[in-house]
Amino acid sequence: MYKSALDIIDLTEKYGCRICDVVLMNECKTSEKSKDEVRQRVKDVLNVMRESAKSGLNDSIKSVSGIIGGNAKKVEEYRKKGRTVCGDVVNKAVARALSSSEVNAAMGKIVACPTAGSCGIVPAAIITSGEIINADEELLIDALLTASGIGQIIAKNATLSGAEGGCQAECGSASAMAAAAIVEMFGGTPKMAFNASAIALKNILGLVCDPVAGLVEVPCSKRNAMGVVNAMSSADMALSGVESVIPFDEVVTAMYKVGKMLPSELRETALGGLAATPTAIKISKEIGME
Amino acid sequence: MYMKGIGVFDVMGPIMIGPSSSHTAGAERLGRAARSILGEEFNKVNFYLHGSFAKTYKGHGTDRALVAGILGMETYDERIKYSFDIAKENKIEVNFIEEDLGEVHPNTVKIEFVKDDESKSFIIGSSIGGGSIAVINIDGEDVYFTGEYPTLIIKYKDKKGMISKISLAIALGDINIATLKVDRESKGEMATAVIETDHKVPENIIDEISKIEGVSSVKFIDAI
Repeated sequence: MYKSALDIIDLTEKYGCRICDVVLMNECKTSEKSKDEVRQRVKDVLNVMRESAKSGLNDSIKSVSGIIGGNAKKVEEYRKKGRTVCGDVVNKAVARALSSSEVNAAMGKIVACPTAGSCGIVPAAIITSGEIINADEELLIDALLTASGIGQIIAKNATLSGAEGGCQAECGSASAMAAAAIVEMFGGTPKMAFNASAIALKNILGLVCDPVAGLVEVPCSKRNAMGVVNAMSSADMALSGVESVIPFDEVVTAMYKVGKMLPSELRETALGGLAATPTAIKISKEIGME
Repeated sequence: MYMKGIGVFDVMGPIMIGPSSSHTAGAERLGRAARSILGEEFNKVNFYLHGSFAKTYKGHGTDRALVAGILGMETYDERIKYSFDIAKENKIEVNFIEEDLGEVHPNTVKIEFVKDDESKSFIIGSSIGGGSIAVINIDGEDVYFTGEYPTLIIKYKDKKGMISKISLAIALGDINIATLKVDRESKGEMATAVIETDHKVPENIIDEISKIEGVSSVKFIDAI
């Protein structure tokens, strides 16, 4: 079993394979399941992701509390008009990330990846990047395995929970997972993939978890949009040869330490940050969550 | 999230109904735990919500998830959103009461089942993160298990050799014990063993354990 990025890189060099192969091998061994069984389960995950990333694009989804909704559709319609700042790819990814997160807030079906609050990032990243290279289903399954491997390392050495580490642990981890997945999908090396993960996680280091009214809606939904863009630009940097000065394993440790230093007000308790603004307090009162 | 044995589907999962793994998926599993432990004959359920559960249950849909759980729905069931209507159709009354349950996890609920004859029984459980749960009390008795494994709860008179007799019966059923916890009121009084196993325990083994002299009750709860 691997415990660090270094372990995984060693294994990929030893066997001359990709990160996703190492992750699949390990999963088969620990769960006593065949490769086909594991891949089939990943396929089920992928199908739920595809659906959640899509359903908000055409239908305006409202959250249970009524605070958020309809933004995925707005971005998608805006994109289709053809005049955007960031172009088609980025706006597609943003719309998809918003879609999953709106589905989540509306009590729809999603995959917590790694958490429900950050469920929009990985699907939007792999589906949108996959489209560019006409990736088939097998390659998307590989990408999800790569993403999970990155998540496993963060879970082992730090945390994936906003209550423990702030938003950097949720959206930051999702970004790091997505970044590596994109790099491998595009044929980058394991080292490049971890560079992408390191860059993505560094970019969100210190981000607090401050949900308005304690709900997984504001600012979570738009942070999913930010997370996927971060993952894609980090992947591009790594694929171009840009390296992270601080290696991934050290970034993970730093993220965990930063999380521990965050006061509890900024770790999912809805007592600080955006949650403590006058508008947030007003919203909380209006929906009876005060 | 456990430090050991983090599988890919722990990271990439669960497939669930939103918006929060601890407030929806965990709540739904607690409801299902209550149904599994207390049985399926009830016409009224009282949910006593503690801490963060009490504060945010409406906005997170924790209430709908709990009701979905007692109705036996899975974490990915899209009917969770409509569980109140389904409960009504099944003539099950549900009540939500905010209550301080003491020094417990912030996401804790006491779930009380009321039968036709007005008899009551309850469990207390916590949603401990990422959709994981812990059942901490059954009808006033402290226990601790997560429902990740099939679980046996055995009550017996505290005396020498009881654990070896019980574990032998389980081993003869070709079942491996994953964890075992033993607690007792006091020396020589009633004791409780909570045994998590790697496989489902069949009826005949439960029967064998029940027949052991000194054993007063055996309850089996399948993985939740």
